[in-house]
Amino acid sequence: MTAFADQPLEEQIAQWRAYLRRRRAVHGPDVEELEGHLRDQLVTLTEAGLTGDEAFLVAVKRMGSLDALSREFARAHSERLWKQMVMAPDGDESAKTSSTETLVVLGLVLAACVAVKAPALFGIPLSPNAEVPSFYFRNASLFVFPLLAIYFLWKRDSGIASGLWLALPFAAGAVFANVYPWQTALVNKVPNGSDTEVLTILHLPIALWLAVGFAYVRNRWFEDGGRMNFVRFSGELAIYYVLIALGGGVVTAFTFMMFGAIKMNPDWFVGGWLLPCGAAGAVIVGSWLVEAKQSVIENMAPVLTRLFTPLFTVLLLAFLATMVWTGSPINIEREVLIGFDLLLAVVVGLVLYAASARDPQAAPDFFDVLQLVLVVSALVVDGVALAAIAARISEFGFTPNRVAALGENLILLVNLVWTAWLYFRFLRHRGSFADLEQWQIAYLPVYAVWAALVVVVFPPIFGYR
Amino acid sequence: MDMNKDLVAASATPLVLAILAEGDSYGYAIIKRVAELSGGHLQWTDGMLYPVLHRLERQGHVAAKWSASENGRRRKYYRITKEGRAQLAAQRQQWKAVDGTLRGIWMEACTI
Repeated sequence: MTAFADQPLEEQIAQWRAYLRRRRAVHGPDVEELEGHLRDQLVTLTEAGLTGDEAFLVAVKRMGSLDALSREFARAHSERLWKQMVMAPDGDESAKTSSTETLVVLGLVLAACVAVKAPALFGIPLSPNAEVPSFYFRNASLFVFPLLAIYFLWKRDSGIASGLWLALPFAAGAVFANVYPWQTALVNKVPNGSDTEVLTILHLPIALWLAVGFAYVRNRWFEDGGRMNFVRFSGELAIYYVLIALGGGVVTAFTFMMFGAIKMNPDWFVGGWLLPCGAAGAVIVGSWLVEAKQSVIENMAPVLTRLFTPLFTVLLLAFLATMVWTGSPINIEREVLIGFDLLLAVVVGLVLYAASARDPQAAPDFFDVLQLVLVVSALVVDGVALAAIAARISEFGFTPNRVAALGENLILLVNLVWTAWLYFRFLRHRGSFADLEQWQIAYLPVYAVWAALVVVVFPPIFGYR
Repeated sequence: MDMNKDLVAASATPLVLAILAEGDSYGYAIIKRVAELSGGHLQWTDGMLYPVLHRLERQGHVAAKWSASENGRRRKYYRITKEGRAQLAAQRQQWKAVDGTLRGIWMEACTI
């Protein structure tokens, strides 16, 4: 549209545009689209005989209130909503002032410390001089995840009923983490912890994270964007946690250095208090920071994804090329299957976080091709490894570790095969990116269900070995 | 006539899809067509059309393309996709069912 000769009118349009730009649920191209509409409307109205001022008033009124408009935009584009929380408890969040929230968070951190230290009162001490009892590892997630769930229930104003319902998975987790009679076998006369116990330690947090997810998304689990928001939250929390851990490391180093200088040994404090309480409290503080700072810092997880997708693609392709060139078979060591599981998990993570930050409406670009290459090469690498392992599986026998690793490999493989197919369709313009996002989101509970299966079923099946 | 808000919202999707089934279009033209078709009974808040269009785009029912308009400004044009046509057909069935049911009971009320 050519600019209006009416200078004040142009100024009014510019002002309206500036107001609209401030709405962060409405992005640049949307502002342009809406401005185009406004100008079309203005032309029609001025041609009908209205003055510039009158036409502007009518056109803006017809466009609707900016509040309602940006709320609708946030609903339609929930990936923007996550950063802005425009819809945060439907606009009536004033009750939760930031100082109340700070108090609640501090209270929960304190509760986490108490939870970590309480078992010491019941004869399970946490001392820096002895090995940490496996009780603490088995229950690590139970010290903080319920508190985290409480934080989200409070923050989202969820009713008591849903809170009680959420207590079920945590109670079940506590039961299965503690009732099984784990066997400690002697391997070569060295006491060797139970394999299924280690599996429980690794899998229980994954299963319970889903319960935290239910608290996080409240009743929007099946709605557009609810689960993806939780995925974004998880990624940001992981990054914040690492940052806090780094800071904690610096504090620890200074503690040792300074008290060492006056010939005091702070071991009991660092090992018995600072580390366990810090590790538990950091989960809650990290979640609070992610919730509070969403709009301040750009999301880091997608940035890291952008950085590492090309690197991993090059790595996988180089690996495949070298293997073909030299013809050397994959050396089947004990841990190789778990290694390839981790590789697939990383690739799934890269796909997931790339999807979480992507505008689903954008046309396919080079990065999408790169993602497809990454997924396909990971599939090929994993296929080669699986073939090698399958050939010797009878020789190895079935141990709990191997069954768990095989199951995980299968789950990730199914995800990636379908992902590759959806990516292929998307690049050929036969499908939309939303399909891929939907698939990834729909797949999330599978991980938790499998993890729960490992925790509940594996120990009895394998005789608590 | 003051139309119920929920009714307006519910009819937005089939209406937009049906208009796009007539031919590619853009926001302002769609609003004008709605006013024309409804004889002014369906009054949309203009801005609200765009979230509807964007949602349809995300669901793959419509595809969008920016191209130049006759006045030199960039304009976003929408086109209905194959999935959109299927969706339109499905919605049409549903609205027919609603319409038929209401008609049935109102006809009875007339004859009694």
